[in-house]
Amino acid sequence: MADTIKLSHVSKSYAGRPVVMDVSLSLPEGYLMALVGHNGAGKSTLIKLMLGLTRPTQGEIGILGQDPLSPGGMEARSNTGFLPENVVFEGALSGREVMTFFARLKGEPVAKSLELFDLVGLSHAVDMKVKTYSKGMRQRLGLAQAFLGEPRLLLLDEPTSGLDSAAQIQFYNIVKMLKERGASILISSHALTELEAQADLIAMMNSGHLMACASIGQLREIAGLPSMLRLSVRDGKTSEVAERLKKCGAPTKINGTHVEIAISPDDKMTTLRKVGQLGKEVLDVDVYSPSLDMLYTAFCQRRENGR
Amino acid sequence: MKNILVIAEKEIRDGIRNRWILATALLLGGLSLGLAFLGSAPVGEVGASRLAVTVVSLASLMILLGPLIALMLSFDAIVGDVERGTLLLLLSYPLSRGQLILGKFVGHVSIFSAAVVMGYGVAALAITLSGEEIASGEWVAFLGLAGSSIMLGAAFISMGYLVSVLVKERATAAGIAIGLWLLFALLYDMVLLGILVADKGATLKPDLFNVLLLINPADAFRLFNLSGLDSIGTLSGMAALTGHADFSPWTALLALLAWVIAPLGLTGMLFRRKEI
Repeated sequence: MADTIKLSHVSKSYAGRPVVMDVSLSLPEGYLMALVGHNGAGKSTLIKLMLGLTRPTQGEIGILGQDPLSPGGMEARSNTGFLPENVVFEGALSGREVMTFFARLKGEPVAKSLELFDLVGLSHAVDMKVKTYSKGMRQRLGLAQAFLGEPRLLLLDEPTSGLDSAAQIQFYNIVKMLKERGASILISSHALTELEAQADLIAMMNSGHLMACASIGQLREIAGLPSMLRLSVRDGKTSEVAERLKKCGAPTKINGTHVEIAISPDDKMTTLRKVGQLGKEVLDVDVYSPSLDMLYTAFCQRRENGR
Repeated sequence: MKNILVIAEKEIRDGIRNRWILATALLLGGLSLGLAFLGSAPVGEVGASRLAVTVVSLASLMILLGPLIALMLSFDAIVGDVERGTLLLLLSYPLSRGQLILGKFVGHVSIFSAAVVMGYGVAALAITLSGEEIASGEWVAFLGLAGSSIMLGAAFISMGYLVSVLVKERATAAGIAIGLWLLFALLYDMVLLGILVADKGATLKPDLFNVLLLINPADAFRLFNLSGLDSIGTLSGMAALTGHADFSPWTALLALLAWVIAPLGLTGMLFRRKEI
C-alpha cells in the first residue's frame, strides 16, 4: 500500500533553534493518524513542512508521492485539504464569497462547493459576512474549505478547537465518512482523549521529537501502564472484597462503596476471573484502559529518564 | 494563468468593495477637472491649448499622487496577508507563489488604471465638451500621459511589493512606503536641483544629470511626458533641462519599465524563498 505521507529523518530549525528533530513517519493510504503533543511540540511546523510552506533543514518529505517543494508538489496540494490552526478569513467577505474563491483556486465547480455548507451545518450562514461568524462557525467554514474537491489527504491542525461537543461529534462523523471514501487523514491536536477512539495510528511529539508512532493498543503495550479495574460493591462489603482480592495478590484501594485495582496488562484476565468468583458482593465492574493522556505522560517520562 | 486571474479578480473585487477605486477616481477626477479649467488661467493668451496645459498640470499632479496611491495599494500585499494569517491557507492551495504575486500585480494595476482612466477621462470629456479645438498631437500626448501614469503606478506597486516581502510587520512596511514616496516624489528632485544650483554644473554634468533623472521613476515619467511634445516642453519650464537631454522619450519609458519589472522580479525571488 502506498504511503500518502512519508517523512524520513526530517529536521527543521528556525534561525538555529531546532523545532523538529529527526522525524520519520509514514501514513498509509486510508489511515487516520493523530498527531498529538503539547503546544510547541512541533506539530504545526511538521504540517507546514508537509505543505511545502517551509523547507526542511534536513531529510526528505513525500506527500502523495511528491516532494512538496518540487513542481509536482502543486499537484499534491490540489489533492490535499488543509485546515490551519486558528483559521482566518477576510471578514468583509460572505461565506459564499470565501468558498467561491477557494473553489476556483482548486478548480472545483462552485455549485458543488456550496453543498459543503450543508455538510458542516452552515447552510443558514452562507450569505452572512464572515466577520459576524462565531469562532465555531469560522472553524466549520475552515473545515468546509478543507473538504473542497474530496481531497485524498486531509491535514487538520487542531480541527475541533472552538467546536461545542455536538459539533465535535458532527465533525468526527464527516471525518469518518471521508475516511470511508478512502481519504488519508492527519489530525493534530492537544486534546488527546477525543482522538483515541478515531485514530488508527498515533504519533506522539514532544519538543520536536517523535516519541512514538503506533496504534493505541501497541502504545499501551509499549508503555506497560496498568489498567484500572473499578468494582461497585454492596454497602459495607468493601473491606471484605478488598481483603479477598488482596489474597489474590492484586493491590487494592478502598473508596466508599467502590474498590479500585490497578492491574498490569498481563494480569488483566486472571484478575477479572477472580472478580467473577466474588459472587453477589460485586454489583458492577468497569475497566479503564490507560487513556491517551496517561500514555502521553508516560512516554514523556520515559524520554526524560532515558536522557 | 487561471490562478493569476482568480487572484487578480479577488483584488479588484476588494478594491470595489472597500471603495478604493471610487475614492481614487473621485480624487483624480476632481483635481483633473480643477486643473483643466483653473489651471489654464495663468496661461492666458499664450496660445497654448487647454489640453496641452492640462497635460502638464496632470503630469505634475500624478508625480505627487500616483506613487502615493500605488504604494498604499501595495505595501501590505504580502506582509498584511502574513499578519492576518490568511497567507498560510492561501499557499496550501495549488497556487505557486509567483502566480500569487502576479495575480495581485494584475489586480492592483487594474485598480490603479481604472482610477486613472476615470479621473483623466472626466477632464478630457469636459475639455471636449467645452468646444475648444484640439490638435490631434495633443490627444496623443494626453493618451501618452494616461499610459505612462499607469506605468508609473505599476512601478510603485511593484516597489510596494518589494517592501512588503522584505519586512516582518505591516507598520514597518507602511513607514518605508511613505519614505519611498517622500524620496522619489519630493526629496530626490530637491536634492538634485540643490546640487545643481550649488556647484553651478561643475560636478553635475548634463550627462550625469540625465542619468540621475532616469534613475528616479517619477522623473523618468516627467521626462517622458514633458519632453514628448514641443508645445508641452516649452510650457513645462523643464524646457531648459530637457533641452539638453539627448535621449528620446522612449528611453524614459524604458527606464520606467525597468522600474516596473526589476522590483517585481526581485519580489518573486524573495517570496519564493520566504518561510511562512
